[in-house]
Amino acid sequence: MADEVILLDGYVSSFGMRVRVALAEKGIRYEYREEDLRNKSQLLLKMNPIHKKIPVLIHNGKPVCESLIIVQYIDEVWKDKAPLLPSDPYQRAQARFWADFIDKKLYDASRKIWTTKGEEQEAAKKEFIEVLKVLEGELGDKPYFMGERFGFLDIALITFYSWFHAFETLGNFSIEAECPKLISWAKRCLQKESVSKSLADQKKVYEFVVEMKKSLGV
Amino acid sequence: MAEVKLFRTWSSPFALRIVWALKLKDVQYDTIFEDLSNKSPLLLQYNPVHKKVPVLVHNGKSVAESFVILEYIEETWKQNPLLSEDPHERAAARCWAKFGDEKVLPSIWEAFKSEGKEQEEGIVKAKENLKYLEEELKGKKFFGGEHIGFADIALGWLAEYENVFEEVTSMRVIAEEEFPLLSEWKRTFSDAPIIKENWPPRDKLVTKFQALREANLLKKVPK
Repeated sequence: MADEVILLDGYVSSFGMRVRVALAEKGIRYEYREEDLRNKSQLLLKMNPIHKKIPVLIHNGKPVCESLIIVQYIDEVWKDKAPLLPSDPYQRAQARFWADFIDKKLYDASRKIWTTKGEEQEAAKKEFIEVLKVLEGELGDKPYFMGERFGFLDIALITFYSWFHAFETLGNFSIEAECPKLISWAKRCLQKESVSKSLADQKKVYEFVVEMKKSLGV
Repeated sequence: MAEVKLFRTWSSPFALRIVWALKLKDVQYDTIFEDLSNKSPLLLQYNPVHKKVPVLVHNGKSVAESFVILEYIEETWKQNPLLSEDPHERAAARCWAKFGDEKVLPSIWEAFKSEGKEQEEGIVKAKENLKYLEEELKGKKFFGGEHIGFADIALGWLAEYENVFEEVTSMRVIAEEEFPLLSEWKRTFSDAPIIKENWPPRDKLVTKFQALREANLLKKVPK
């Protein structure tokens, strides 16, 4: 019986993109459904009643929520191809720890870059770069975060890259100047088709952010 | 011989998760109690990023963040599994654990820290989150089914700490009439072997959280 895989998502969501990259890495065929978050579909509300958020993966009718949990799910179900997490428990713990770090620190810091001005924005930029520098330190001289192979932790971070152009433009700073190694890593990831085809176009992200600023009045 | 150390505080509910998981799997370990106002150099070495507890050190290598530690324990010591083999059930357990920490815990803590009208509103918010847990327990003894699982361990702090909060402030969030299944789960979980033996002393918890609450309320007084 063929698997039925549906992804409820939002084009510009870095969280949604993580799932797209994971599905592409594993070569899984799926139906993509774009959600309008101001007018959520009945299916989304039914499949994620608690959070009502995207992404939601619906596999043979059963939902899985939360981007990193979905990526792990994909890795566990389609385990014979392109493993995303390393096999060693300690390495896996490191990957999970840093993915958790990204979720706890990067999103909030980055959001403040485009929702604030003046001193608050400067503080947000500083915090954002600090977080990226810690991650850059963790990357070191490795090609990917866990070593030679692209995987879970790369997926957790690379999707934020599509928002960098928007941050740089609205924050008036250069991320590459501060974190050149991280940008090299990002460009390396983008050479993979699973990444380049899954990430949102950075100009479209920028337009989205500009529109959000207007509607939020910030 | 494998060497396992757990850095923790005596009262942290996050550390209890690790104690439960290690004991449920019958893993021998040493405990190092930390004073968070005076963190040991070892702790800072083992968790330089967050400088927090709990931290598990296994054969000299450290793992931090309670859910990350739980997954590590699950993968390293495979007896008495905490997660199902079914990927969908595993994902669901992880989601409930995350929901517990991101929504349930902060909403109960907010209600606990406040008083009067603010507390009433906080309790209403907390109950909205708890309704989902109540729903999830239908037809189940534990969140993990017949046995204690990952989600039970993640949410287990509720079974004792909610009682502590009630003793401190007389705020009742998990009332029997409104949350019969959750109330029953609290009792069953609390009385389970290993869980029962490892709660921190109730009177010490009450004293500690009373002090925390008073400190928080003082902070809110306009100067």
